[in-house]
Amino acid sequence: MTNTLKDLTLKVWRQDGPNTSGSFETHTIEEISDEASFLEMIDILNERLIEDGKEAIVFDHDCREGICGTCSLMINGQAHGPERGTATCQLHMRKFSSGDTIVIEPWRASAFPIIRDLMVDRSSFDRIVESGGYITAATGGAPDANLIPVPKPVSDAAMDAAQCIGCGACVAACPNGAANLFTAAKITHLNLLPQGQAERYSRAEDMVETMDSYFGSCTNHGECEAACPKEISIDVIALMNADYRKAKVQNRKQLSRT
Amino acid sequence: MSQTFQRGPVTGTAVKKRSRRKPFLVDYYSTAVGKKYVMAITGIIGVAFIIGHMVGNLKAYLGVIEHNGEQVYDIDVYGEFLRELLVPILPHGYALWGLRLLLIGAVVLHLHAAWSLTMLNRNARPVKYQGARDYQIANFASRTMRWSGVLVLVFIAWHLADLTWGWLNPGFEYGAIYRNLDASLSRIPVAALYIAANIALGIHLFHGVWSLFQSMGWNNPRFNRWRKGIATGIAAAVVVGNVSFPIMTLAGVISFQPLS
Repeated sequence: MTNTLKDLTLKVWRQDGPNTSGSFETHTIEEISDEASFLEMIDILNERLIEDGKEAIVFDHDCREGICGTCSLMINGQAHGPERGTATCQLHMRKFSSGDTIVIEPWRASAFPIIRDLMVDRSSFDRIVESGGYITAATGGAPDANLIPVPKPVSDAAMDAAQCIGCGACVAACPNGAANLFTAAKITHLNLLPQGQAERYSRAEDMVETMDSYFGSCTNHGECEAACPKEISIDVIALMNADYRKAKVQNRKQLSRT
Repeated sequence: MSQTFQRGPVTGTAVKKRSRRKPFLVDYYSTAVGKKYVMAITGIIGVAFIIGHMVGNLKAYLGVIEHNGEQVYDIDVYGEFLRELLVPILPHGYALWGLRLLLIGAVVLHLHAAWSLTMLNRNARPVKYQGARDYQIANFASRTMRWSGVLVLVFIAWHLADLTWGWLNPGFEYGAIYRNLDASLSRIPVAALYIAANIALGIHLFHGVWSLFQSMGWNNPRFNRWRKGIATGIAAAVVVGNVSFPIMTLAGVISFQPLS
């Protein structure tokens, strides 16, 4: 059953560049189908803005099926909006009602500078992943499937962490602007598996310390888990903390031999 | 409202040149995760003290006992026992001072870690969200840790001036714990302060005790469901125990009578 929402007020953050100040701009959506996705609603608004000769609202989006991690909007004070376990692209207008005021902001963190309007630069995440380095893998012909035994619960836990799409909702939702959930997910999906063991401790130390140079610290509010479109549990943060502790001791021990 | 993009160092296992001049603990403490370990460990020391302090104080309810052929208040004997701890291995009062120094060190480190992490977090989001935030999980306790912590700190200063140094205690007598307790807590505003401060302490512990499991990396499906329960239990026990003293003093259960 399709319904039509009427008279939505949008307060959208407009900002020309990283070093300029921004402000909210108010737009009215007279009518929109509740089957429209949130991003389609902005598309429709943008077409109208372009027709009126105004600048379209700049926002990040790509796959629009919740797997790429590109979309990033703070909607009414919630990262990715009111729908749990989805990214903004899978939020639909049926979650809102006629007459609502919707506040749309970019992610806010010093490590995510605003490029323009609602688009932020999340390359600090790439720096964290880069610092984790490689995994050692045998070259040559493709190995037989299931050559390395992995217990089912372990592979499940690693795959849960590997679901991270790097959207940055955890940082956006965190009252401290911490990236612990992202970093922990990236560390965990390798550190739980046998393939990740050779560099386990250098990875943990390097990634945590790179994270440290950009982001805030974890105070265990749990907001990241609630905002995560992949519902990654903060259990991975405890795992990262334990691995970081072991890494500091292990790496120091190994380095003292060289 | 302007932001500048500052990039941190790019590190990588293969290319990173490690400089290891800093001593291990200093190096560890210099990271946010390391500071959270320090927060958790000093927190554990604090929680252990708070529980011990509360249980020790329950001796006030035992009233008068006979000790070495004399009628004395049980809690006064307990106070003297603390000073006699480990005698004759250590001289009188040394063990107690050792514990006090451990506590002072823990408080100083807890404060320093809290301060520097707060500053780090402020810098991590220099421009706040301009619209209202809609928090999903963060609760009152987790969001007011800094305030409940400051309240507890101010209360500790008052509490020391009242019952340790005696500056704020009418007719303070060194070693006469039961008398001093009664003299202090029968003042209604003071009793109210103790009740309020202990509720703040309970709120701080409710989040702190749960949080320390995560910070220490103690996460195991076997006991994860107990972590929040342990935090609630410890917070509740401390609040109920400590709040009972001002209430029972005002109710006349703790009431000092000079012993001949």
